Amino acid sequence: MRVASNRNYTAWEGKIPVGWRYTAGLAGQEFLQALKDRGEILGSRCERCEKVYVPASIFCERCFAELNKHEPVKSEGEVVTFAICHRDLEGNPLDPPRVAAAVRLDGATSVLVHNGLGDPAKWKIGARAKVKLAANRTGSILDIEGFELV
Amino acid sequence: MGNRVAVIGAGITKFVRRAQETPPELAWAAASQALDNAGMTLDDIDCVIHGTAPDAFDGVHMKAEYLSAGSGGWGKPYTRTYVGGGTGVFAPIHSWMHLASGKFKTALVVCEEKMSSCQPHPQGAFITIFDHTTERALGPNLLWIFALEQHRYMSVHGIKNEQIALASVKNKHNARGHPSAQIGGELTVEEVLDSEILAYPVHRLMVSPTSDGAAAVVMAVEDVAKAQTGQPVWLEGVGWALDTAYWTNRDLYYPRYVEKAAWMAYEMAGIKKPTEEIDFAEPYDPFAYKELHHLEGLQLAPKGGAPKLLADGYFNRDGKLPSCPSGGLLGVGNPIAAAGMMKICELFWQLRGEAGERQIQKPLRRGVAQAWGDLMQVGTVVVMGT
Amino acid sequence: MKEPKLGTGLSSRDFFESGRFFTVSYEVRAEYAWDTGPAIGRYLEELKAGRIMGRRCTKCNRVFVPPRAFCELCFRPADDWVPLEDTGTINTFSRCYITWDMQKLTSPEIPAVIEIDGATPGHGIMHMIGGVDPDEIKVGMKVKAVWKPESEREGAITDIKYWKPVS
Repeated sequence: MRVASNRNYTAWEGKIPVGWRYTAGLAGQEFLQALKDRGEILGSRCERCEKVYVPASIFCERCFAELNKHEPVKSEGEVVTFAICHRDLEGNPLDPPRVAAAVRLDGATSVLVHNGLGDPAKWKIGARAKVKLAANRTGSILDIEGFELV
Repeated sequence: MGNRVAVIGAGITKFVRRAQETPPELAWAAASQALDNAGMTLDDIDCVIHGTAPDAFDGVHMKAEYLSAGSGGWGKPYTRTYVGGGTGVFAPIHSWMHLASGKFKTALVVCEEKMSSCQPHPQGAFITIFDHTTERALGPNLLWIFALEQHRYMSVHGIKNEQIALASVKNKHNARGHPSAQIGGELTVEEVLDSEILAYPVHRLMVSPTSDGAAAVVMAVEDVAKAQTGQPVWLEGVGWALDTAYWTNRDLYYPRYVEKAAWMAYEMAGIKKPTEEIDFAEPYDPFAYKELHHLEGLQLAPKGGAPKLLADGYFNRDGKLPSCPSGGLLGVGNPIAAAGMMKICELFWQLRGEAGERQIQKPLRRGVAQAWGDLMQVGTVVVMGT
Repeated sequence: MKEPKLGTGLSSRDFFESGRFFTVSYEVRAEYAWDTGPAIGRYLEELKAGRIMGRRCTKCNRVFVPPRAFCELCFRPADDWVPLEDTGTINTFSRCYITWDMQKLTSPEIPAVIEIDGATPGHGIMHMIGGVDPDEIKVGMKVKAVWKPESEREGAITDIKYWKPVS
């Protein structure tokens, strides 16, 4: 730490020295295992609420039921919405721009947000898109490279 | 003082050093168990209160939103309440406001903490509680502040460290009967004093661990509570207070803020002589001396007198006024907000006679729980009775 | 009470090394510039000049340090600056053998609360004790500030190196 201005002592600089290691959780472990091993997108069905959560969950947030039926949904679905990002986190221009796409995979109630691949100009709400898996899978959400338009 | 409010169900996870579950999974486990225990579903709940300590522990900014699904907040009036370490006992007070006011009839109160996410150590987040300019430049760590307070408490009253160590021995022993406990066990005073000195006079075995876990209760107004269970446990008194955050400008030997919060709660409960009208206590014990310090603030021991009473067995589970029958933070563990809520759960289980092998054998009519936090100057107190 | 629900403990190996359990690591860039404000700004300037300054509230008659712009008890502006002594009394202290990230220290750091002479009794600051055998330090000892040489001072609380007991 040091004084930013040595003349007026107006500000004192420092940082919060923390980082984190997050576990995937009980459902997350199964979700990532299925993705890594079989390239499947695992969802969890609540029979009572007739919802299928993606990624998988051990509980239904609506009725609080325990969910232990995790099944793969389809790897293809409908583009619910998307955004075209022209700046990165630091505000620097992105060229080409990057698409963040929300896709409801067939069989799922919730949408999955991931990279929208290909030409940003071709993305349309209501279009069909499918999961493109990464070449090397390690058990991470990045085992999906993104969605590509069908 | 508004509508009568009771706790009608409780739930808890195991407290562990590193949980595989995500924070929402932990919250859901405790919350869903509390609902089952109350004989209710989420549909029966009018509002949800979530208590959790700094975002920096779980490593998620605006953690309450992240935890809302697991806490049952979907589609409901949902609030996070936070007063540092005092949060776990303040969350039911917050819920009491919602219910006593008549605004709602039922509430789900959920506290969660996952400290293991924070690397290399949760202290990295804790050290920012010191003033950035006038204190952090000295390179402090969190233990300093507890060591300084314990030493002040000891030096003002002439207390020996073996008297303090006995609190660790008692609580780790008590925790052996708690199925959630992280570090229960049988220790001797010598073993506590032989453990490494972290910051004199604080030895390693006088410190609660870092923990992951969650605890929850369901609360309801009188008509719902009586319809739902034959054994509601009533919130008879609530209190909370703050001392100056300029902690080097006040005497650390005595927690005035706990005294103030305690009398606020006792007055509401109609208690005039705390030692005669309270049957057992769950004071906040993140460090061994804090249990004694807080018992004095709670008016359950004279100033400087708690160590002697402890040595006499007065605070043992079979003593005149059992303290931390749960095993406390020293034995059960310290997932910050969930640890305070664990104490509320313990009052509930003890007063219903459901504490299993931890059950205090004498008849119980009333207990008090207390937590403490911020920069050592927040006191939160709840009196519960049958 | 029922058996607790969930709370699945992972060993250190499973958490950090084994790869059996998926985890994600993240470092945040949490860097800040904290404004000192006028009161602490002046405090630091005066420390650079080798003086400790407090503030007085004429309503409660307290002289407090660290100085602040307002009296938090009377909730009104503090009234004036008061030069304090660079001597004081140890209110409490510790010998700390670990760092914040739990690394062991072979020689202890000695943090203390030091009541500053000239301030209202009981009003002190957190600082370090030094220049003495750690085992000889007692609560109630008189201490004096050991300053850095003027050329090395930077307007920081560390312009005082430590406080040394005086006989």
